[in-house]
Amino acid sequence: MNNMASILPLTLKDVSFQVTDKRLIKDINITLEANKSTIILGPNGAGKSLFLRLCHGLLQPTEGKVQWNTTNDHDPKFFQSMVFQRPVMLRRSAGANIEYALKLHDIPKEQREPIARDALKRMGLGRFYGHPARVLSFGEQQRLAIARAWALNPQVLFLDEPSASLDPAATHSIESAIEAIRDSGTKIIMTTHDLGQAKRLADEVLFLHRGRLLEYAPAKEFFDHPKNDLAQAFLKGELLWWKKKELSPGHMGST
Amino acid sequence: MNDIWAALGAAFSMIIGLDSDLAEIVGLSMQVSLMAVGIATLIGLPTGAALALYRFKGRKPLIIVVNALMGLPPVVVGLLVYLMLSRSGPFGVFGLLFTPSAMIIAQVILVTPIVAALSRQLIENMWEEYEEQLMSLGVTKHGAALTLLWDGRFSLLTTVLAGFGRASAEVGAVMIVGGNIDHVTRVMTTSIALEVSKGDLPLALGLGIILVALSITVNGAAYIIRDVARQRQGA
Repeated sequence: MNNMASILPLTLKDVSFQVTDKRLIKDINITLEANKSTIILGPNGAGKSLFLRLCHGLLQPTEGKVQWNTTNDHDPKFFQSMVFQRPVMLRRSAGANIEYALKLHDIPKEQREPIARDALKRMGLGRFYGHPARVLSFGEQQRLAIARAWALNPQVLFLDEPSASLDPAATHSIESAIEAIRDSGTKIIMTTHDLGQAKRLADEVLFLHRGRLLEYAPAKEFFDHPKNDLAQAFLKGELLWWKKKELSPGHMGST
Repeated sequence: MNDIWAALGAAFSMIIGLDSDLAEIVGLSMQVSLMAVGIATLIGLPTGAALALYRFKGRKPLIIVVNALMGLPPVVVGLLVYLMLSRSGPFGVFGLLFTPSAMIIAQVILVTPIVAALSRQLIENMWEEYEEQLMSLGVTKHGAALTLLWDGRFSLLTTVLAGFGRASAEVGAVMIVGGNIDHVTRVMTTSIALEVSKGDLPLALGLGIILVALSITVNGAAYIIRDVARQRQGA
C-alpha cells in the first residue's frame, strides 16, 4: 500500500484529551512529516501512549483535530499499524494471526499465506508459521506483533515501547526490524524509555511532560543542546518532580 | 437398606440388559435436551457477543435481566409455555402441547439466558484484552464479534455445557408441557418422578444412574477438549 498517495503529513491542531475533569493531553500543535523517525520521550504519565493512540485514531481528542493528508476515498486507518507494549495474539497460529490482519486489509486470500510466511521469515520466526501464537515466548510474540504490523506494509507504524520488557538480544532484533521497516519507506512514530534506543533510532524527538509538548527538535539538536529545562533534566537522568522543587526559590534543602 | 441394594441390582441389570423402555426414555431425553441446547446456543452466543461488544441505551438493565433469567424456575417457564401452547392460547392452533416440540421450546427458554449471560461475561473479558489490537487492525464491531466467538470457542463450550446441565436435569417444565405421556413425552427426569411416586425404585434408580453417568461423560469430554485446546492454542 506504500505506493498509494501518502497520508502524511499528519497534523494535530490544538489537540487536547480529557478524562472526566483531568486534562491528560494539552493543546498539542504539530505536523509530522514523512521519511523521518519520530521518537516521543518523556517521564511516566507524560501522555506518550495517549499521544500515539490519538494519532492512530484509537482515541478521539476531546478538543482539536487530528488530520491526515487524505481524500474521502481512502481511509487513513488502513495505511497505519501499531505495535503495543504487550503483544496481543489471537488464539491461533502465528501465520493465521498475520493472515487475519491481512484479511481485514482486503488482501486477496491466495496472497495472504506467502505474505505471512515472508513477514515471519524477516523477523526470524519462519519456523513458527503453524505454531500457536500464544505459546510463543514474550519476546517471540513481540517479534510476531512486528511481523504482523510489517506484513500490512503501512505508511506509518506506531510503536508503544515495543522493547520495554525485553532483554538486550531481543531488543536488538526489534531495533533492526524497526530500521528495516523505516528503510522501506515507512514512517516510524515510537515511544520509549530507553534513551540509548532513542539516540539510535530517532531522526527527531518530541518531548512531552504532563500532557504538554515541551520540545520538538531534530534528534542531534535535542540530545546535544536541549532547550527546555525539563528536557535537560530528563536527559541527565534527574527525576523531574525534584527538579521542579529545586527550581523554585526558597525550597532548597537546609543541608 | 436392603431395598436400596435390591433396587441398585435391578437397575444395573436393566442398564446392562438394554431394557427397551429405558432406551426409549433415555433416547428421547437426549433428543429433547440436545435440540434445546443447540437452538439456545444459536440464539445465546450471538446475543452474548452483542451484549459484550455493542454499547446502546438500556444495555446495563438488559444484562441484569439476562443474568436474572438464568435462575428462572422451570415450573414457571412450564406454566407460561403451557398457557401459550394450550388450545385457548395464542399458539394453540399448532397443536404442540404435550409433544416433544413443546418440551424443546420450554427448555430453549430455560437454557438461552444461561448461554447468553455466561458467554457475555467471557467475551467481554476477551474483548478487554483484544480491543485495542483489533481496532488498530481496522476491524468492525460485527467482525470483532465473529472473531471473539471463534477464538473463544473452547471456553464458550463451558457455557454450552452449563446449559446442557440445566436442560437435562430439569423436570418442572417438561412435566407441565410434555405431560409425561408414555412412549411420547416421557423423559428421564419425569419418569424418575413418576416411578418414585409409584414405588418402582429400580427403574427410577436405573434412570438416575444413567442421567448422572451421561452428565459426567459429557462434562468429561468437554474438559478433555478444553485441555487439549489449551495445550495446543494457549487458549
